[in-house]
Amino acid sequence: MLNLIIVIAVVLIIAVIFTAYRVTTLVDVVKKKKSDSHVPPGNNFQGVLMILFLVGGIAAFFYFSMKEYDTYNLPIASEHAVITENLFWITMAITVFVFIVTQIFLFGFSYKYRHKENYQAHYYPHNNKLEMIWTIIPAIVLAWLIISGLKQWSVITGPAPDNAEVIEVMGYQYAWAFRYPGKDGELGSSDFRKIDAVNSMGIDLEDQRGHDDFMPTQLVLPKGKPVLLKIRGRDVIHSVYNPHFRMQMNAVPGMPTQFWFTPSVSTAEMREITDNPEFNYELVCNKICGKSHYGMKGLITVLEQDEYDSWYKETQENTFLKQNPGYLSEVPEELKEAAKIAAGIENIENEQKVTSAASSSK
Amino acid sequence: MSVTDIHLQEDLAHDDHHDEHHEQGFVSKYIFTTDHKMIAKQFLITGIFWAIIGGGLSIIFRLQLGFPEMSLEWLRPMLGQWITPEGKLDAEFYLALVTMHGTIMVFFVLTAGLSGTFSNFLIPLQIGARDMASGFMNMLSYWFFFASSVVMFISLFLETGPAGGGWTVYPPLSALPQAIKGSAAGMTMWLVSMALFIASSLLGGINYITTIINLRTHGMSFSRLPLTIWAFFVTAILGLLSFPVLLSAALLLIFDRSFGTSFYLSEIFIAGEALPNVGGSPILYQHLFWFLGHPEVYIVILPALGITSEIIATNARKPIFGYKAMIGSILGIGFLSFVVWAHHMFVTGMNPFLGSVFTILTLIIAVPSAIKAFNYITTLWKGNIVFTPAMLFSIGLVSFFISGGLTGIFLGNSVLDINLHDTYFVVAHFHLVMGSASFFGMLAGVYHWFPKMFGRMMDDKLGKVHFWLSFIGIYLVFFPLHYIGIAGFPRRYYSFTSFETFSIYGDLNALVSIAAILTFAAQFIFLFNFFYSIFRGKLAPANPWKSNTMEWTTPRFPGHGNWVGAIPKIFRWPYDYSKPGAKDDFIPQTVPYSHTPESNLEHEEELTKEEDLTGVEKVN
Ligand code: HEM
Ligand SMILES: [Cu+2]
Ligand SMILES: [Cu+2]
Repeated sequence: MLNLIIVIAVVLIIAVIFTAYRVTTLVDVVKKKKSDSHVPPGNNFQGVLMILFLVGGIAAFFYFSMKEYDTYNLPIASEHAVITENLFWITMAITVFVFIVTQIFLFGFSYKYRHKENYQAHYYPHNNKLEMIWTIIPAIVLAWLIISGLKQWSVITGPAPDNAEVIEVMGYQYAWAFRYPGKDGELGSSDFRKIDAVNSMGIDLEDQRGHDDFMPTQLVLPKGKPVLLKIRGRDVIHSVYNPHFRMQMNAVPGMPTQFWFTPSVSTAEMREITDNPEFNYELVCNKICGKSHYGMKGLITVLEQDEYDSWYKETQENTFLKQNPGYLSEVPEELKEAAKIAAGIENIENEQKVTSAASSSK
Repeated sequence: MSVTDIHLQEDLAHDDHHDEHHEQGFVSKYIFTTDHKMIAKQFLITGIFWAIIGGGLSIIFRLQLGFPEMSLEWLRPMLGQWITPEGKLDAEFYLALVTMHGTIMVFFVLTAGLSGTFSNFLIPLQIGARDMASGFMNMLSYWFFFASSVVMFISLFLETGPAGGGWTVYPPLSALPQAIKGSAAGMTMWLVSMALFIASSLLGGINYITTIINLRTHGMSFSRLPLTIWAFFVTAILGLLSFPVLLSAALLLIFDRSFGTSFYLSEIFIAGEALPNVGGSPILYQHLFWFLGHPEVYIVILPALGITSEIIATNARKPIFGYKAMIGSILGIGFLSFVVWAHHMFVTGMNPFLGSVFTILTLIIAVPSAIKAFNYITTLWKGNIVFTPAMLFSIGLVSFFISGGLTGIFLGNSVLDINLHDTYFVVAHFHLVMGSASFFGMLAGVYHWFPKMFGRMMDDKLGKVHFWLSFIGIYLVFFPLHYIGIAGFPRRYYSFTSFETFSIYGDLNALVSIAAILTFAAQFIFLFNFFYSIFRGKLAPANPWKSNTMEWTTPRFPGHGNWVGAIPKIFRWPYDYSKPGAKDDFIPQTVPYSHTPESNLEHEEELTKEEDLTGVEKVN
């Protein structure tokens, strides 16, 4: 329906313009304004169209921008985004001002100085003062924008606070994998040669620190605490992106990257803000990565700190090793015992050990 | 001086009936020609062909984005297996379409089609040369482009489809056929085609530079060059310095793809196996690519700006405001364009300090760009504006250049780019500032110089209708994309519906697609006008726009060698429009100051003493 209306509107507009055009041309012909042969008929009309375009365009721009403000301006959900958002809208104010003023001059002059008989254009080849002014003023404004931006940039890309929660995110065609450090608070190393269908992140089990790592299917983040994402790509370049956090970093094979930020709005709160009980933060892949690039989605949940703690406590029991005990064979002999304890496999194994010990003592 | 040129001069000496002299056969006149004007037309026609293909591809994928529910079954006769059994566009083919669209538009239409046409056509005519320094190299330049086009065109019909990694073809995606179908034979052909293309660009560029430096006519000093020539000159230098870097990037990619090297590949596990490559860096490719890629966007826009400068001055009947500042900003932009490339890479994980440096350099380049915009507007002030179609397109260009340029201030600021990078905001930005602006520059050029190219006039009314439909249409297509981009919608997405956050823009996308279709349709008005006027247009007067530059002193149908008899001398800059005291509102560059005592400024009066008037007739 909407489409139909748009099509009709467009056709009508074209028809109106065309008719108006015919009319003015005819008027020109009737008036025999043809003494200046190189000026084609309908010159005035073109000037009028310029003004119509200017007014219509600016009106549509402001109308739509204001009406739809809430649709395109996603609510902010991280601490640094408050400041970058501020800079974004300052830049917006400046550029919109320049945009409007320059377009008014461009189309306004076009209209005002449209060809007139016996008028001579003003021979005005240069004016150094004027040119200095519009070199220096943009330079100053831009310098100020650069400085404000770079101050923020160095904080965002600077080292993460010491208390940051470290989480690993890996992109692969066409999904995300996450790894948390577990009880010891440290991620074990990984090696792409160790990757297989189950060990999708290539956890290197020769490294003790990895024995208690766990891999939930979604990215769960604490609200109000800095999070440091350790990012890598497994096959091609992907990009870890979420517009609510105003956060993005590429996931590059062979070159680990990272990004830290502090979530400031929990999923529950965001559901209220957006008035959408179904709302979820989505992890978006934002670097072309193949056929299903457009469907490469991860789920992000932001919990209050206490909820997060209890989620963590519960989930850390499901270590990778515990869920896939077959991989114990990759653990070096001397670390096996410690690995079982770290991975939480000791209970089952203990029983076995007790029985085997009992049988051998017989 | 090159061999051909000497040869031409001899021809002239021997033969007074110069224009009748070249009774060439069809092949040497229209196909393997060394005449710069014919080569320009070859570039133009090929460029138009590619523009139709490139635009058509964008319409196909806009159908998918605007009307995701629509059945595309009717495209099956054309696209075959790329339409899925459910009547939808194949998702992988979507990426191939986007990639081909971008490659075609940037390289084939707006580099070869724009520079190839107008540098070739205008450089000899506006500096007063018989032809390019080397007509043979010039011919090679076209035929390399043609070969490159053939290869790229054939790749569209491969079973695995053309290249599909985006026009930037980042590895590893572009290096591994396991990653995407387009990285199989399609990517190989893309690389071969680009290698040929680069050869063509270099042959052309060397020629443009040599010609401008060496073959200017008497009196045509650099400070009297029309801004078109300045723009083509700097453009050619940019191409000469940057295209070889793309060639090396492509070569290393060819090695990685076919010979097992690891320049760009490291620690990859794909399709169930770990690859042996270690130690390479995909980021290295991006540095090399954008070292060309950024200058490339100026290679695309500078000629358009040059063309516009000329057209705006002519039709506002005023000197271009700040001629020296315009040259200065062309040079400034040219230089700076080499030191901003990494603004495309803020979120690749590159050292944040580099990010800061590139932010600063990027925002500095905004200054010369702003100067150009302000100078165009001031040129209109107190003018006596004639709205020819060329003038309308030039004004449209300035409007796009401002709209699209301003959003660059967001993207160049690294901290804001974090959220905007690779979203539709970028698509909106570059389509306005680079795509639409230079596209309009190209159209403006065609309308303006058509009378010189074909000796006939294009229809004025159709030109105006074409302008308004295109102008409104393009704004309707690209302006709304800003909003979708601010909301974070990623580019190169086959569908808007897989993410909840982005699924609300259906209406806007439908609007954009409808506008795109109408805009595309409007281009057929142009095509009709163009081809019809070549054969049936009104015969052109000698100087239809009352312009100062010297191409209008050639005959209506200039032969090989351009001027009958001696090449005119040049005595003044090209922008003496509406000079106080002058009889007409324009004084061509070929008129000596000694003939215009009524309008000479003080320092010009001095120059009259030094003028060498031998061979100059007084025209009144
Ligand atoms: C008929 C007019 C045009 C329409 C409707 C159109 C539309 C589009 C759309 C929707 C995209 C896809 C964005 C994405 O998914 O990433 C795109 C990409 C692109 N377009 Fe256009 N475009 C048009 C003309 C042009 C022109 C004149 C240029 C010349 C510079 C151009 C250059 C590009 C480039 C470089 C890309 C990026 C390709 C890539 O992502 O690899 N387009 N265009
Ligand atoms: Cu991806
Ligand atoms: Cu750039």
